[in-house]
Amino acid sequence: MTIKGKAYIAGIYEHPTRHAPDKSTAQLHAEVAKGAIEDAGLTKADIDGYFCAGDAPGGAWPMVDYLGLKVRHVDSTETGGCSYLIHLGHAAEAIAAGKCSIALVTLAGKPRTGPMPARAAGAEADFEAAYGATTHNAYGMCAMRHMHDYGTTSEQLAWIKVAASHHAQYNPHAMLKEVVTVEDVINSPMISDPLHRLDCCVVTDGGGAMIVTTPEIAKSLKKPLVRLIGHGEAMKGPRGGKDLDLTYSAGVWSGPRAFEEAGVTPKDIKYASIYDSFTITVLMQLEDLGFCKKGEGGKFVADGNLISGVGKLPFNTDGGGLCSNHPVNRGGMTKILEAVRQLRGEAHPKVQVQNCDLAIAHGTGGLLGVRHAASTCILERV
Amino acid sequence: MADSKKYPAPATNPETAPFWEAAKAGKFMIKRCTACGEAHYFPRSICPFCFSDKTVWEESSGEATVYSYSLMRKSPTGPYAIAYVTLKEGPSLQTNIVDCDLEKIKIGQKVKLVWKPTDGAPLPFFTAA
Repeated sequence: MTIKGKAYIAGIYEHPTRHAPDKSTAQLHAEVAKGAIEDAGLTKADIDGYFCAGDAPGGAWPMVDYLGLKVRHVDSTETGGCSYLIHLGHAAEAIAAGKCSIALVTLAGKPRTGPMPARAAGAEADFEAAYGATTHNAYGMCAMRHMHDYGTTSEQLAWIKVAASHHAQYNPHAMLKEVVTVEDVINSPMISDPLHRLDCCVVTDGGGAMIVTTPEIAKSLKKPLVRLIGHGEAMKGPRGGKDLDLTYSAGVWSGPRAFEEAGVTPKDIKYASIYDSFTITVLMQLEDLGFCKKGEGGKFVADGNLISGVGKLPFNTDGGGLCSNHPVNRGGMTKILEAVRQLRGEAHPKVQVQNCDLAIAHGTGGLLGVRHAASTCILERV
Repeated sequence: MADSKKYPAPATNPETAPFWEAAKAGKFMIKRCTACGEAHYFPRSICPFCFSDKTVWEESSGEATVYSYSLMRKSPTGPYAIAYVTLKEGPSLQTNIVDCDLEKIKIGQKVKLVWKPTDGAPLPFFTAA
């Protein structure tokens, strides 16, 4: 059994806000849900499946009640920033199995307004919590080891931010619209070695949502047809401390599964949404997904290779998490949304990839240097 | 700077209590599986590799090398160095490098165990050997 072609993304919405002190988190979920339902040309009563992650206040049942949904399928898989990529795959499974026909997936929250609630502790807490792992230093350790093993440089990492900024200048909602240079990145203050301030993503309030449905229903609606043809998910952690290797992510497992199901290869991809919590996140994932060999990511991203219209692999043409939006510190949803815009031909004309009929949306969740999940979605315009 | 830092006492639980009891006596314990022979850290009752329940406590030498590190410069309590170190006995673990020049940490550098007090059992850290 496969989910290939069994589910279409019929509606998308990204909240334009980047700072929302005047709204509640549940309200933001409702606003993005409404946006995606209207984009699809559906009504709330059509929704029969609901997907949310740890950002939904209280989880699935309070949200279903708050939104006034009546559903026959729910999934609250929580894998941090890549939850929504996993939700897309799970929605396709549920639709293929007849468990629901129109699924709503929402993400929203307000980390810019105030601190997020702490994550529940795992079995490792007593043995790790005191050491102060944050996103910055956990990803810093990955970058440090990648540089040690493969000679990757800060200048090469900086090119990822440069490319994102070239795209963000055309996004009116982007938090950072200024085009930056390699020098700007490496001269920005060091946050956690070897990552500088401009190697880091933005912190934004906001959210996004999508509607996933059957081929038949999608074809009855008015939007260009975008379908999921391959999906993979995987997890990686220190696993008792054996053979620790911080230079690769769980994308080495989720990627091949998705490509195999889709029956395509990285060479076929016209546009890539790659989770960009930090520049190193992008570089490692491009390697792990097979866009270049392990260790050659530095060379691959340099000299504008990720800039639309300039390089071979246009990426994150909305400006990504590095420049535009990283709602709730969770970048998976916005990765899907920009891939769908590209496949629909709805990206900004300055960054729209010509004849974009095959895209990848990939992300990780948790801490790359500690424990994380990864999920890969291959999307096709029909 | 790091010495002024207050560390949280481990909560402990029935599975890990022997580790923390040994820590109070200055012994740094890892677990080894007598079925597959692999050592692991942090300690589990069931081996994370072969899933045997034949795991035993073993005292580590506390000698290790730095696998990777990152010096966090934005912290209200001052810069600190998070790291993974690889024990002579095999397993790698997350820790902080303390009580030495944090600007001079290098991947591959030899480090050794030091304990830091809490209101409960002490916590293991590593410093330049």
